[in-house]
Amino acid sequence: MVTPPAGTLDRRAVVAQLLRGRGEMLVVSGLGSPSYDVHAAGDHDGNYYLWGAMGAAALVGLGLAQAQPGRKVLVITGDGEMLMGLGGLATIAVAGPANLVIVVLDNGHYGETGMQRSHTGFGLDLADIARAAGFAQTAILRDMDAVAALADTLAAAASGPRLYVVKIAAAATARSLPPRDGVHGKNRLRAHLGLNVS
Amino acid sequence: MDRQAGADSGPPGMDAAADWPLAVYRILRAEQVRQVSYVPDAGHARLISLLRQDPEMACHVLTTEEEGVAIAAGAWLGGQRSVVLMQSSGVGNCINMLSLATVGRFPLLMLVTMRGEWAEFNPWQVPMGRAGEPALAAIGIRTLRAETPADLVASVAAAARLAFAADQQMAVIIAQRLLGEKQW
Repeated sequence: MVTPPAGTLDRRAVVAQLLRGRGEMLVVSGLGSPSYDVHAAGDHDGNYYLWGAMGAAALVGLGLAQAQPGRKVLVITGDGEMLMGLGGLATIAVAGPANLVIVVLDNGHYGETGMQRSHTGFGLDLADIARAAGFAQTAILRDMDAVAALADTLAAAASGPRLYVVKIAAAATARSLPPRDGVHGKNRLRAHLGLNVS
Repeated sequence: MDRQAGADSGPPGMDAAADWPLAVYRILRAEQVRQVSYVPDAGHARLISLLRQDPEMACHVLTTEEEGVAIAAGAWLGGQRSVVLMQSSGVGNCINMLSLATVGRFPLLMLVTMRGEWAEFNPWQVPMGRAGEPALAAIGIRTLRAETPADLVASVAAAARLAFAADQQMAVIIAQRLLGEKQW
């Protein structure tokens, strides 16, 4: 595989841009830096932060999107986390939820463990994989104008699930730590939706 | 009225037990399960068919079983109940993902058909046949084992109540002896 050009975007700026007008949107974040990025953009009762269960983020998003068809669900995760749940792209494509958007913050590296290169860092194209699986729309975003344009369309109607790869810089960022208690996050989101918390 | 086995309706009758997939389907309906995830197994074939014919059930065919654990958590976050169907070999695929269910105390209902423990012809099924229940126990999933159809129907009803009302993480273990020897 040909080594792709390195991403340059600031991950915090990307996530802040995506969430600036989130409205009713629900957000699931993958473990590690994506959870910190979503928290740094402003804690919200409509967020569910994963701290583990690598590979879960997109599929938690699928279950949530199917249960809440009237709301948009945005999954924000990293390339390594998405790669661990790669088969989930097939499952999501078959299920076809039009209210699910996956954004992969792709720095081509496993950032939590010492910046070892990931498959995308060796050239694998997650947007191509999602497109081949049957996602309604996929793209690779390399500049903030494209991110701003995506933010404007997150709430728009779609014909199926969408996946966007945002090429971010492989730089360390300060941690912005959401609560680690998975029960708290669950009950908080359910209360936000007007559901019984147990 | 059709017989319906539920947690409060006492022991299921013989006719419910004789067609356990239908009885289990009715329990899942009565418990308002709305999302179904599965990697197919011959032992689940009729139940999968019943669920797929129900327009109120969102059915997810999975590429690997742990996807169903994550879907179940997401479904619960959004206010829906879910069931995950798999064969014993799939239990091993789920182990790390089950930390999501246990740490988040997400209601979880897994129905596991066993291989490798009774009149098994395929040695490759034996390791997870042996390790499935201990592995589930080690990660914090409570198991109810069913050896007969009547036991299975009662166990699914009990496990569904424990999962969805008491926030427990449950696996009903469906004995291979109950399913019958795989014809080969």
